[in-house]
Amino acid sequence: MHPALLGLVTIIIGVGACIGYFYLSNLFLDKVLFPGKGPNAGKNINRANQVRPWLFLAPAVFALGLYLGYPVIETLRLSVTDRSLDGAFVGLANYQQMLAEPKFWEAMRNNMLWLIVVPAASTAFGLLAAQLTDRIAWGNVAKSLVFMPMAISFVGASVIFKLIYDARPEDKAQIGLLNAIWVQFEGGALSVLFLQVLPIAIVLVFAALVAYAGYVIFRPALSGGSGILVLVARVASAALALYLIWHSLGSILGIATAELPYGEPKAWLTVPFFNNFLLMVVLIWIQTGFAMVILSAALRGIPEETIEAAIIDGANPLQIFFRIKVPQIIPTITVVWTTITLVVLKVFDIVFAMTNGQWQTQVLANYMFDKLFRANDWGVGSASAIVIMILVSPILAWNVWNARKEMR
Amino acid sequence: MQSIAGSKSSLTWAVHISVVIMVVLWLIPTVGLFVSSFRTADQISTSGWWASLFPAEQNVVARAADPDENRVADGSTFIVSGNLFDGEDKTISVWGTSSRAIDIYVAGDTADLGDGETITVQANGDYEWRGNDEQIAGRGQRVFATVTAQPEFTLANYDKMLLDESNVEGMAKAFFNTLTVTIPATIIPIVIAAFAAYALAWMDFPGRALLIACVVGLLVVPLQLALIPLLKLHLGIGIGKGYLGVWLAHTGFGLPLAIYLLRNYMAGLPRDIIENAKVDSATDFQIFVKIIIPLSFPALASFAIFQFLWTWNDLLVAKVFLIDATGQTTVMTNQITDLLGTRGGNWEILATAAFISIAVPLAVFFAMQRYLVRGILAGSVK
Repeated sequence: MHPALLGLVTIIIGVGACIGYFYLSNLFLDKVLFPGKGPNAGKNINRANQVRPWLFLAPAVFALGLYLGYPVIETLRLSVTDRSLDGAFVGLANYQQMLAEPKFWEAMRNNMLWLIVVPAASTAFGLLAAQLTDRIAWGNVAKSLVFMPMAISFVGASVIFKLIYDARPEDKAQIGLLNAIWVQFEGGALSVLFLQVLPIAIVLVFAALVAYAGYVIFRPALSGGSGILVLVARVASAALALYLIWHSLGSILGIATAELPYGEPKAWLTVPFFNNFLLMVVLIWIQTGFAMVILSAALRGIPEETIEAAIIDGANPLQIFFRIKVPQIIPTITVVWTTITLVVLKVFDIVFAMTNGQWQTQVLANYMFDKLFRANDWGVGSASAIVIMILVSPILAWNVWNARKEMR
Repeated sequence: MQSIAGSKSSLTWAVHISVVIMVVLWLIPTVGLFVSSFRTADQISTSGWWASLFPAEQNVVARAADPDENRVADGSTFIVSGNLFDGEDKTISVWGTSSRAIDIYVAGDTADLGDGETITVQANGDYEWRGNDEQIAGRGQRVFATVTAQPEFTLANYDKMLLDESNVEGMAKAFFNTLTVTIPATIIPIVIAAFAAYALAWMDFPGRALLIACVVGLLVVPLQLALIPLLKLHLGIGIGKGYLGVWLAHTGFGLPLAIYLLRNYMAGLPRDIIENAKVDSATDFQIFVKIIIPLSFPALASFAIFQFLWTWNDLLVAKVFLIDATGQTTVMTNQITDLLGTRGGNWEILATAAFISIAVPLAVFFAMQRYLVRGILAGSVK
């Protein structure tokens, strides 16, 4: 049968069966099993109403259990068995094998990078876009254009960005936007300004922000008077801040002394470490619109009085934004952040389509796909799926906890 | 707000400019692909897509028509005339007849080629080459010209990728397959979820809170976990790899969000309507079909768009549950990743294929953006 015809038939059968099931099962319950007539009418109606919710829920519960509940347990089981040994129990051997693979650690490292950079950048850009477009006349048009990539598939976006990163030999015209811009730099004053002074300034600002945050956290420790645990936490954060500052200053030295190969077109996706960020750009490009939509609604929900009061007290626009608006939408920012984190943990298509994990760009989801369908190693594949599940579970617990709180 | 702060903020211009920059940055990637899909392979490989939007100046070498076939006698002289570019829309600024001096004549000049042989070239490429019987022979006279070419676009790529049935790399079949996957995979979960959501929102039974918590938890379960167990299951019960499997898989994976969105929306409907109906002795089934479904239309539309975009753009589920070794059931995303592997440098093919797959979601996006935004706002777990 032609697939389209098959699809049509499936829709009719599927929808018809669902509606028929609900209608007939309700009819059966009311007319045959517990008829609302005769001597036991009242009792029967009560009984029927106790059963009815489960009639409504049955297909959904069945599908959820089969397609999401059962796989969690089955994957857990597969991760401690070996397919080649006919499914024999092998304990943690699969995990050991996985942990011994450098590709796995590369995937872990890259996933951590993705987890820091993508949610942070998407939320920041989204917040910026939401704030900027909020009060201008053509804001809605601007919003829908920034939001548009949301409709584009990861694969489509990968093609779009591969064209941007495309490289051609030096003597040919560059057709990739990135290389076309890159070969314009020739080592003159402007190149130094854009490729060295500007990055150094950005890193310096970052270091200054970290230093300020570290100082704010550490200061109360000097005056004493708090518990030992709090003190340890403060000292640890200060140490972390110092570590980040040290590395930032080190990278400034690196940028300042770098000999950039001006004028040579680069195959950007094959430059290790740096290429991870080029892949992240794709996801940031897609997710910014999502962050913007939610944050824009949150910004509109801020009570006007708080802003009016700040204006009367002489706050400038930056102060209003960072000290009045942002603190009030922290819960929404958290929601956006966690939602994008979930997307990042499952990111597969972009890496698969653009580099397929070559040149040190592997991520967990693609590593898993590799193991499952190319190496045909279900044990290690399932083990890596469990790793993804473990990474997701804090968010899962937090969501459930919040939902239960809301229900009460 | 601005009225309270006094006159218009001096930041207004900065805001406008920043928004323009941001919008341009976000649009450029898509525009690049869109423009490229209307260019020929030659054009794409010789200049960046941004250059094609403006008239471009280039040096070309053209040759007058073969004199032995085309010359016309005019008394004792012979004439060959015609157009250097076969009517293409190019404008000559300067030209020459030797590679060492390509810019010594301007358009409309007559070049003296010695012994009375001349050639005149007009700005639009029309030429007239005159000379005696010996001169107007052999090969056509070469002309070196600096021309301004108008932007030129073609629909040939779409013709080839969509309408050419002999093209095995064409997208027509994949387009159809994608549609076949998408529509049932969008409609079926809606029907199942709507009933469940009604029960969770408006019926009282023990374990309701627990079920809702489960749905919220399942929202974030990575579908990666489901791949192997379900593929095993499908192979075990005889569904195998095919449309039925992928419909079921999409239904299962879409249900948590569907139930969550619809339950939240239905729980917000006014209690009076439902209680009045109950007083009028309507059954739950009647209430559901006649009251709840029509009132929940916005939420149903929101989820439908989500699920449509998600199933249309999906690669992983299709790769695992649908596409078998024969490749007859390939979907567009898979076809594009295949093309990326085999035709990595043929941007006219890649850009066209990608744009064909992007076009439908983009149309849906712009037509139903309102519902999408509503769905996103309701669907993000608070």
